[in-house]
Amino acid sequence: MPTPSRAWREFPQRYRLEAGKCKKCGAVSFPPRLVCPVCGWREFTKTKLAENGKVLTYTIIRVPPHQFADQAPYAVAIVELSDGVKVTGQVVDCDFDKIKIGLRVKFEFRKMYSEGEAGVIYYGYKFVPA
Amino acid sequence: MHGIVGYGAYIPRNRIKVEEIAKVWGADAPSYKKGLMLEEKSVPSPDQDTITMSVEASKNALRRAKINPADIGAVYVGSESHPYAVKPSGTVLAEAIGATPDVHTADLEFACKAGTEGLFLVLGLVKAGEIKYGLAVGADTSQGAPGDALEYSAAAGAAAFIVGKENVLAETIETYSYTTDMPDFWRREYQYYPRHGGRFTGEPAYFKHIIGAAKGLMAKAKIKPIDLNYVIFHQPNGKFPLRVGEILGFRKEQILPGWLVSKLGNTYSGSSPLGLTATLDISKPGDMIMIVSYGSGAGSDGFIFKVTRRIQEARDLAPKTRDFLDKNKNYLEYGVYAKFRGKIRKAE
Amino acid sequence: MREVAVIGVGMTKWGELWEKSLRQIFVETALLALEDAGVGRIDSMYIGSMSPGLFIGQEHIASLLADYLGKTPIPAVRVESACASGGLALRQGFIEVASGLSDIVLVGGVEKMTDVDGSEATYTLGTAADQEYESFHGITFPGLYALIARAHMARYGTTREQLAMVAVKNHDNGSMNPLAQYPFKITVDAVLNSVLVADPLRVLDCSPITDGAAVVILSSLSTARKLKKPLIKIAGSGHATDTIALSSRKDITWLESTFQAAQKAYKMAGKKPKNIDLVEVHDCFTIAEICVTEALGFFDIGKGGEAVQKGLTSLKGKIPVNSSGGLKAKGHPVGATGVAQVIEIVKQLRGEAGQRQVKKARVGMTQNMGGSGGSALVHIFERI
Repeated sequence: MPTPSRAWREFPQRYRLEAGKCKKCGAVSFPPRLVCPVCGWREFTKTKLAENGKVLTYTIIRVPPHQFADQAPYAVAIVELSDGVKVTGQVVDCDFDKIKIGLRVKFEFRKMYSEGEAGVIYYGYKFVPA
Repeated sequence: MHGIVGYGAYIPRNRIKVEEIAKVWGADAPSYKKGLMLEEKSVPSPDQDTITMSVEASKNALRRAKINPADIGAVYVGSESHPYAVKPSGTVLAEAIGATPDVHTADLEFACKAGTEGLFLVLGLVKAGEIKYGLAVGADTSQGAPGDALEYSAAAGAAAFIVGKENVLAETIETYSYTTDMPDFWRREYQYYPRHGGRFTGEPAYFKHIIGAAKGLMAKAKIKPIDLNYVIFHQPNGKFPLRVGEILGFRKEQILPGWLVSKLGNTYSGSSPLGLTATLDISKPGDMIMIVSYGSGAGSDGFIFKVTRRIQEARDLAPKTRDFLDKNKNYLEYGVYAKFRGKIRKAE
Repeated sequence: MREVAVIGVGMTKWGELWEKSLRQIFVETALLALEDAGVGRIDSMYIGSMSPGLFIGQEHIASLLADYLGKTPIPAVRVESACASGGLALRQGFIEVASGLSDIVLVGGVEKMTDVDGSEATYTLGTAADQEYESFHGITFPGLYALIARAHMARYGTTREQLAMVAVKNHDNGSMNPLAQYPFKITVDAVLNSVLVADPLRVLDCSPITDGAAVVILSSLSTARKLKKPLIKIAGSGHATDTIALSSRKDITWLESTFQAAQKAYKMAGKKPKNIDLVEVHDCFTIAEICVTEALGFFDIGKGGEAVQKGLTSLKGKIPVNSSGGLKAKGHPVGATGVAQVIEIVKQLRGEAGQRQVKKARVGMTQNMGGSGGSALVHIFERI
């Protein structure tokens, strides 16, 4: 059983969508990085991801890994946020036949999975139609 | 002046109709619909719980409050369905909205009144000058035992209120609580479903406490039913809040804007708080609103608010309660509902 | 830098090998390769294996396999680059022989995948994705390639049928490969009506769960000349990386690591796409083969699907792709795949590919890819 430390250190990103903005070129990295992938600069300001975006591509997962067995089938998309950052996440509260490339979505706070009945519950972001 | 500076609601999109539940248990749906005035109830998705709904309702409250979340000095989550028996819901909420670490946090539990308890506490802390802003949330994903009368009503939803002294959209006029010891409804440690005293939950429990609190509150504030534009009472079913309002001398028009139960069910700690958010959504400056909760065990918290001009700009800054209630609904069959609510025994 | 040749190859029948352990599968295969090479001595070995730790709870397998092959105390190294582990082992062996540090090196790949159930295997393969920002959201490998497929279809008009034709073609080829896990033909209809795994991909778009190993023996060209066998040299080697998170890429439909690795291999070999007689590519999912053939420069961007439909990638087409049956029909014991691709090319260049022999094949290519394209290895082989 993994200790909860691994999920805990991601809370700023998963709970509050914290990202890093390069002080030199302005590129937003999510999750935050130590080296800007665009220009190589190493100073960042803390920023938050835009809350809205659109679906770039999506799939419906029908054969899930064991942690997600109870949730299948579920939709996963790559969403391009209005600040240009691309993020992978589930699309929920939307009938599968309504999910399309270009669908406007926004973040919502959801339960991701838990370590069985007695273990830690992991929370994070999913997308819902905007 | 102190009062509500922001409020927000959240209701899951899933619904199940009374007929769908009654069909499974061979019960008489028309009698539930007529007798208890229940038509359908909200159901959380497997990825929703008290914490996730609290976060979403609080984000909506923040949108209306337009404050820096770091200025929130207290976060209280009232619920009888906290996801953990030991480990607070409030810390997740405080972390998610960016109120940590300079904040006091507590989880509250008092059957269906835990939400207004938080409101009671933050109003006191703000008034005393101990904190600048306080966040109080009432949220539940309550469970009724399969086939029990409660299964027709136990629903999911959350309401959040940010309280402060500046830019209030509803000023606090008076508060009052009425409490006795009363074994009308309970759930023991390690038990999955609650138990209740049947008709004992009515007259000596719900009615006595709400009437006691409402009368005490109005006396303390020196106002009469006619002085109030809207009233909200706890809504375990459709009939009780209408009946208690009638006893107290209120007209239906004063009650109905916050009466959500027939389409929502009983959201327990979120029940009367969601009635308040729905009422604020349609209120005008100068309106007087009274809310009286009820929690088994038992007690009632009562509040009188006077709506200010700020409601006009604040109300459209986040989705309205009726939008959650009426739009994008997804009706479930009992089997899917049972799966979502963990009522199906599965392999280890 | 010395020139390097492939002097021996070995592969056993792939599939669900319930009776055999990882060490047994590997040793049987390695002995075949040593026999084929006709050498007894090896100076070192490189083993590609993605996740023996999760599949069978065994790390430290390089020493284990050296021991069971009876070759201790030679140096033995396990390398890992997800599904490109085999291709990476080949490159490391190539570098070692080319450097002159060793003269004869065994390069193997092995994976034992059926000792865990399907959902555990799905999870284990998923560890090749970004655990915190992809897998945490429930994405799977079929899911990642489905994201690529959906985007490719939307942008370039690639059709669902064209995806199916990749599987059909590879099974046609695989039906002539007796070592393949599924050596039989399938139809487009069968693919289109198979169970959905991650829309739009169905189970017959996906490579299977396989137990298997593949081993090749490398030596310096001068040593190879003494063996009096067809001489197959490694003419070019390219290796490149990309973000492992698909969402971090500029273009979701473009496999930049494969493109970069190919450019390096083409340059080293002094070849161009038109000089390649056949290629083994990493068709872990049908869409992957389409994107790879574009990134390798065989077809224009967005035209990979059309190329399959026109038969350009079939055995008698412009550029035969996956004459072995590919990962789809031959099987995909992840760490072994990159080495098995080399075996197919060597057999083809030797003229030993039987019914599926590509006529006049002299230059062949392998492309092996990790994750959703976070790593790629491209090698060019030439018969001299």
